[in-house]
Amino acid sequence: MLKRLSLVAAITSVFVLAACGSSSAVPAETELTVFAAASLTGTFTELGKQFEAAHPGTKVTFNFGSSATLAQQITQGAPADVFAAASPATMKTVADAGLAGTQTVFVKNKLEIAVPPDNPAKVENLKDLTDPKVKVALCAAQVPCGAAAVRALGAAGIEVTPVTLEQDVKATLTKVELGEVDAALVYRTDVIASAGKVSGIPFPEADQAVNDYPIATLKDASPLAQQFVDLVLSPQGEDVLTKAGFEAP
Amino acid sequence: MTLRARIVVRRPAFRLDLDLTVGRGEVVTLLGPNGAGKTTALRALAGLIPLTEGSIELDGVRIEREPAERRPVGVVFQDYLLFPHLSALDNVAFGPRCQGRSKAEARLRARELLDRMGLAEFSSVRPHRLSGGQAQRVALARALAVEPRLLLLDEPLAALDAHTRLEIRSELRRRLTGFDGATVLVTHDPLDAMVLADRLVVVEDGAVVQEGTPAEIARRPRTDYVARLVGLNLFRGEGDGDRVTVGDLAFAAGERVSGPAFVAFAPRAVALYRTRPDGSPRNLWEGRIDGIERHGDHIRVHVDGPVPVAADVTPAAVAELDLTPGRRIWVSVKATETHAYPA
Amino acid sequence: MRSRVPWLLVVPAVLGMAFLVLPLAGLLVRAPWSTLPQRLSEPQVLEALRLSLVTASVATAVCLVLGVPLAWLLARTDFPGRRLLRALVTVPLVLPPVVGGVALLLVLGRRGLVGQWLESAFGFSLPFTTAGVVVAEAFVAMPFLVIAVEGALRAADVRYEEAAATLGASRFTVFRRVTLPLVAPGVLAGAVLCWARALGEFGATITFAGNFPGRTQTMPLAVYLALETEPEAAIVLSLVLLAVSVLILVALRDRWVGAAA
Repeated sequence: MLKRLSLVAAITSVFVLAACGSSSAVPAETELTVFAAASLTGTFTELGKQFEAAHPGTKVTFNFGSSATLAQQITQGAPADVFAAASPATMKTVADAGLAGTQTVFVKNKLEIAVPPDNPAKVENLKDLTDPKVKVALCAAQVPCGAAAVRALGAAGIEVTPVTLEQDVKATLTKVELGEVDAALVYRTDVIASAGKVSGIPFPEADQAVNDYPIATLKDASPLAQQFVDLVLSPQGEDVLTKAGFEAP
Repeated sequence: MTLRARIVVRRPAFRLDLDLTVGRGEVVTLLGPNGAGKTTALRALAGLIPLTEGSIELDGVRIEREPAERRPVGVVFQDYLLFPHLSALDNVAFGPRCQGRSKAEARLRARELLDRMGLAEFSSVRPHRLSGGQAQRVALARALAVEPRLLLLDEPLAALDAHTRLEIRSELRRRLTGFDGATVLVTHDPLDAMVLADRLVVVEDGAVVQEGTPAEIARRPRTDYVARLVGLNLFRGEGDGDRVTVGDLAFAAGERVSGPAFVAFAPRAVALYRTRPDGSPRNLWEGRIDGIERHGDHIRVHVDGPVPVAADVTPAAVAELDLTPGRRIWVSVKATETHAYPA
Repeated sequence: MRSRVPWLLVVPAVLGMAFLVLPLAGLLVRAPWSTLPQRLSEPQVLEALRLSLVTASVATAVCLVLGVPLAWLLARTDFPGRRLLRALVTVPLVLPPVVGGVALLLVLGRRGLVGQWLESAFGFSLPFTTAGVVVAEAFVAMPFLVIAVEGALRAADVRYEEAAATLGASRFTVFRRVTLPLVAPGVLAGAVLCWARALGEFGATITFAGNFPGRTQTMPLAVYLALETEPEAAIVLSLVLLAVSVLILVALRDRWVGAAA
């Protein structure tokens, strides 16, 4: 099915290739290309620096984006060494294409209720979101944070009518930051990354909708790929990730 | 007087400053070379450009501060500028509509005007289907439809080919005679000016250089430009009663004049001789042929000498006298055909 | 005698055409034709299509009402800062649409400069409404109209307007009865560009108006979300959008050509 998108993906991969090409202009450097979910941008950038420090002469290049988009790029032949996805489903499409090595879940991400710092609608728990006067933004069900929201709300037996179904978690968060909505369901990591622009309210039903983040080396990967995965799985890696709000698996 | 105006328009490197009075039913033509400021004057009268200073009084009312749309002025533009998206009828009805008449009333008036112009059958035709002459008549009808007190025409014949021009010119003359307001017409064509105007105002470099009836101006041009336009040889000299001295030459003329004076004579008043003619005709000198050109059914010979003159001779004379450029030739002008007047 | 084929023009022209048409051919080749009818009958698809057509048309109308006078102001008047204003008009062209959407939120959002007042005075808030979609589309598409109309106005012969003035027409009458008919082809071209841009609008719409089926989910939004999970569906939706817009444009074009002849 994904092959049907070959043209789109082919064009994308041309750009990816071009990006790789330009960064490999420095000679005698080993390059490691990591495709990672957008929610990992901060943490993986830091881990990449640590990895470069530990492996002189190595350059780690990241391609952050929506997990689904990254999976499509990989199946269309984008040259990646490591893939870290925000959901097992997206990793599965890569694995089904026979492109992924062993998968390991390296972190979990939980939903929280994000509200503006002044919490104008006085939201305290998941049930408050059912109030028609409370404007709620959710991620679209097609993207991982939306799927998680559907599971969490289902587990709680609560029906929420959002005003919008956003295309990704960052867009959802922006709506809260600008005060356009009174509440949204986003990842805990996003609440922490927003550095005070939104407040997070944990809720028990979130445990029913935990997102697992799998990581895997890819077919024909550089030997360094496994070492990068090892760094992510190490206590050092866990430290970086948990500081950002992820939970150890 | 219907129109009394002093038009001053200042531009970088150009200044237009002219006084203009036009009587009821009178057609005044502004004649002048390109760039003289004639069209600028017309646009100022129409209200399309502001006066730098001066005033425009029409039927005793000052209108120089009124915007174009509130002046009782009709304009026939060069190229006519008929609205391409409207029929001939709606072009003519446009003005009455703007004056607040109902659509039916405006069309009725437009139909009348088109009828009078002999264009009844063209009322539903779009401008691009009209001939030049028809378009001009529609443009005139459109300008008259607003019942103007002042009618302005900018080169109304320039867009026509030479063939139709002759016919349209006299027709336009007739129609203008029927208009009882003041008419100001701009042209650079002397023949148009002569035929259409009751009075000519010659404009050069933004100023009036001569004013008068076409006949007066044709007979007594005061600038080289006018003389050339009317086809006269014109020189400026000093009169002392019988004669006017121009450089080394002394012209005997039909009129007595003293002080600064013009001498004018037509090219056909000039006679050419291979050898010095017998007797001692006055106004005789020797020159050298500078150029020869065909001019209608006669030949115009330019002769350089103490004064440069143009002479019109028959083709037979050219052969007989063996006139070729560079040849030395005797030139004489009859005193009776030489006009002298104060400069 | 036939002149030589100007290869220097023909070769790049053919390449340019291929560059524009091949991606479209790609979509056509990869489209899941067998499941097409079934997908087309999905109410969500029809709803998104209807919403797209309605909002793009309303946005075009808004752009005409506001954009044509703006183009007139830029082309026919002179005032201090006109050049700057002209440059500002093109801002939505260069601004990434998502940023445009955020900018709209900052002004018209619930806590925006103007939106705040709208909400307190009328209890009305634009984001997440169909009106919000129209606003976002109009914001992004209006420059296309303004630039096209301004170009037409500059190319038009102002002497016709002067002629109208001497016939007693006020400036507004001149505009309505002379200027506008004269630049009508430019206005139509601008409106078509504007409509097409509004129809394909994604970034500003999803940012400002959000995404909710039946209310703010236009076709491009539906395509984007389908791409996340079902690329096949995304291709189908794109083709539908494409086919409908081409159909409408061709139909309109025929009518205009017919009217002009």
